[in-house]
Amino acid sequence: MQEKKASIWPYLLIAPALIIVIAVVFIPVLQAILMSFQSYDLRRPNNIAFIGFENYIGLFNDKLFWKSLFRTFIWVGFGVGLQFIFGFVLALILNQSFRGRGIVRAVSLIPWVTPGVLIGLMWRWIYDGNYGVLNDILMRLHIINDNIPFLSKASTAFPSVILTIIWQGIPFFAIMILAGLQGISQDMYEAADIDGASKMQKLFRITIPSLKNTLFITVLLRIIWVANSVDVIFNMTEGGPSYSTQTLSVYIFNKGMAMDLGYASAMSLILTIILSAVAIPYLINKFRTEEE
Amino acid sequence: MDKKHISFGKIFGLYLPLIAILLFLLFPFYWTFITSIKPEAELYGSVVTYWPKNTTFEAYRKLFFEFNFLKAMGNSLVVTVSTTVLSLVVSVLAAYAFSRYRFKGRKFFMVMFLTNNMFPTVLLLIPLYAIMRKLNILYTPGALVLAYTTFTIPFSVWLMNGYMNDLPSSLEEAALVDGANRATAFIKIILPMLTPCIVATGVYIFMNAWNEYTFAVMFTNEANRTIPVALKSLIGQLGVQWDLLTAGGIITIIPVCILFFFAQKRLVEGLTAGAVKG
Repeated sequence: MQEKKASIWPYLLIAPALIIVIAVVFIPVLQAILMSFQSYDLRRPNNIAFIGFENYIGLFNDKLFWKSLFRTFIWVGFGVGLQFIFGFVLALILNQSFRGRGIVRAVSLIPWVTPGVLIGLMWRWIYDGNYGVLNDILMRLHIINDNIPFLSKASTAFPSVILTIIWQGIPFFAIMILAGLQGISQDMYEAADIDGASKMQKLFRITIPSLKNTLFITVLLRIIWVANSVDVIFNMTEGGPSYSTQTLSVYIFNKGMAMDLGYASAMSLILTIILSAVAIPYLINKFRTEEE
Repeated sequence: MDKKHISFGKIFGLYLPLIAILLFLLFPFYWTFITSIKPEAELYGSVVTYWPKNTTFEAYRKLFFEFNFLKAMGNSLVVTVSTTVLSLVVSVLAAYAFSRYRFKGRKFFMVMFLTNNMFPTVLLLIPLYAIMRKLNILYTPGALVLAYTTFTIPFSVWLMNGYMNDLPSSLEEAALVDGANRATAFIKIILPMLTPCIVATGVYIFMNAWNEYTFAVMFTNEANRTIPVALKSLIGQLGVQWDLLTAGGIITIIPVCILFFFAQKRLVEGLTAGAVKG
């Protein structure tokens, strides 16, 4: 069915997309590599010059870099981990039949289509230390006695932004897992019922193994997105107070906003290399799927 | 099956957790809306009210007449529509080539598009800023459109490719036998069949471009800033104007929600197909 003979057509068809992508992705990546070896600070435009590995040596000695990197692991670990658990629970619920399921499914996806800026700002208002509703709810339930300024205390700020990213990510996980659940053949469950399997046994012996690939892809994608996410944290705390919510992406963004582009490039290349540990398995999986 | 009797199992296994999760997911939106219609005295009063005692749409009026939110909406619309059209046109063509032709380097190019999605935003943001500054196109809508194609084109190519692979190619072959050339077959037969998928992909691109902040805050100035940047700018000068901010938030998500509900089913199908199939 597919055309076998060589033709110029397919190349012409992919040319426009390819040219744009080379111009806006591949050339900038090369530029980032070059910039990472330069003192490229736009506040001092006359000092732009090649400085070898100085940026890399600088970040190696930068305590803030290491702290931000460590915080990125916590951010991704708790953020993605709990999105996964709650998303799984929501998917199991949505996989049952009840009235209004279609509407519930669509509505529960709204956080996923909400702009990161708005998510950050909405939650900033909820967490507000003076007029925030979360404080009011906790007071009414007698869990706390005094208002907590969640985002301006270093000890509560990071858990608070993590809760927000969990909130954002639950729907995506739920919808991916739900699609996977609906692909599992009912026969397996029926066979398990005949053998007298318990609900838990069915979950761990049938459901989770059947979802292995869906879970793998979803977790990898989500790790990449959450690690790269800037807008939610930036709009809640800008990385503060005293850097307690600054992940590596936010640190890079802040350096970029401060026009220190050389140093920011060096850090973003390190981040890319670290994330490729996740991206490469994803690419290999996609590649393999495509071959079938 | 006994339908009238709601079992304990259903209450604890379905309704209670469902209500808890929905409450958690949707309460922030309720709160945002309530905040936007509260008068200032109530907003910053000593008692937090869960339904406004007095409602006012003053914040919405201020947003449009004093803050000029319409300008930001216009800017967002220009950038978003341009991004969507440009990305769709080039992605449909590329996806068609990947789906219907077997050519040398096909796999290499496909992987090239896929790799794009893996680069951190900040990795591209910094050099793009430097390049656009040099080319003197910083602070134009074009700069944002180009920046957005970094994530919209690769993703759309993959999404459209998935949709096209599921479409039978027999109709096109019939058209080719009839003597129609490939371009005509594409326009007359393929494109109409693809319309639902193009709409779904378009909605996805629209949502992403409409919501984007990280590029927008660096690549715009006051004259051409988009909605997300305008929202953030409500914080700062005079403390935070929460009533205006939440009103702006509500206006921002309405178009996205409408589009999303419209294309939801097919979009989810497309997004999940890749993960489920493998």
